Amino acid sequence: MRWIWIDRFVEFQSGSYATAIKNVTMAEDHLHDHFPGFPVMPGSLIMEGLAQTGGILLGESKQFRHVVVLAKIPKMTFHSWACPGDTLTYTARLTNSGDEGGCVECDARVGQRLVAEGEIFFAHLAQKDGAPKIDQRNFVFTTRLLSVLDVGRAGDGSARASADRPNPVAD
Amino acid sequence: MPTVDEIYANVKETLVDALGVDDDEVTPEATLVGDLGAESIDFLDIVFRLEKNFSIKIPRGELFPESLAADQTLVKDGVVTTTGIAELRKRMPHADIDKFAKNPKVENIQELFTVQMIVNFVQKKLAGAGA
Repeated sequence: MRWIWIDRFVEFQSGSYATAIKNVTMAEDHLHDHFPGFPVMPGSLIMEGLAQTGGILLGESKQFRHVVVLAKIPKMTFHSWACPGDTLTYTARLTNSGDEGGCVECDARVGQRLVAEGEIFFAHLAQKDGAPKIDQRNFVFTTRLLSVLDVGRAGDGSARASADRPNPVAD
Repeated sequence: MPTVDEIYANVKETLVDALGVDDDEVTPEATLVGDLGAESIDFLDIVFRLEKNFSIKIPRGELFPESLAADQTLVKDGVVTTTGIAELRKRMPHADIDKFAKNPKVENIQELFTVQMIVNFVQKKLAGAGA
């Protein structure tokens, strides 16, 4: 299983905000258990998607020089839920960042309907010279996750606008 | 320039948001780690929130100095040396060093980090900014 909980970025303003989407589908095994007869996207995975959106926003703002880890979620409120067939839109706004970490305000919506909103706090893990390379598999973003930035691009790497994606990821 | 009471109220709200503690747990004497359960990452969160709530900039290490305990000239046999105490006074004029100096064990350093210490820091910072 790939630990990628966003499908595509639809807007990306470096150092400011990013919007990603996640299409919820019955092909996801966990929805058959959460809950039988009433499949809804688990709140924890919505938070993961928000953290991946915000983590990449923060990482990109520092040219991916730091290993970004999800440090804490001071506040998250769930107002509604998302079902198979829904498209969740995750928006993260960078509110502060420095050498040690950063934080975002974020929300998840289905259309105009607010599903969740809160704050996520990230830390930059120090990569000491000479130390074994940090295994990034457990962290907010990995090289693999960064491939999301390429989703929807044309074969030559350029960002393509389309009717359903009017604001392509900027180069 | 806000009054000390206003600064205290704002600091209190900041800590309630950052640490998820109840309003009445935040008292001037409360220590961030011992009483309010702050962990290392919370210190950065507190700094970010103070910057936002008071419109100030807090350079790294100014409010919560780092790596004091690791410096061999400042700490010897688990006790902060006279040089260390002087260094603390210099780096943390906002903290109650006199109280700490009575029992300067290295593990007591975290007791310097009280709610009142943050209020003192913000007050000095705002006074400096307005000067």
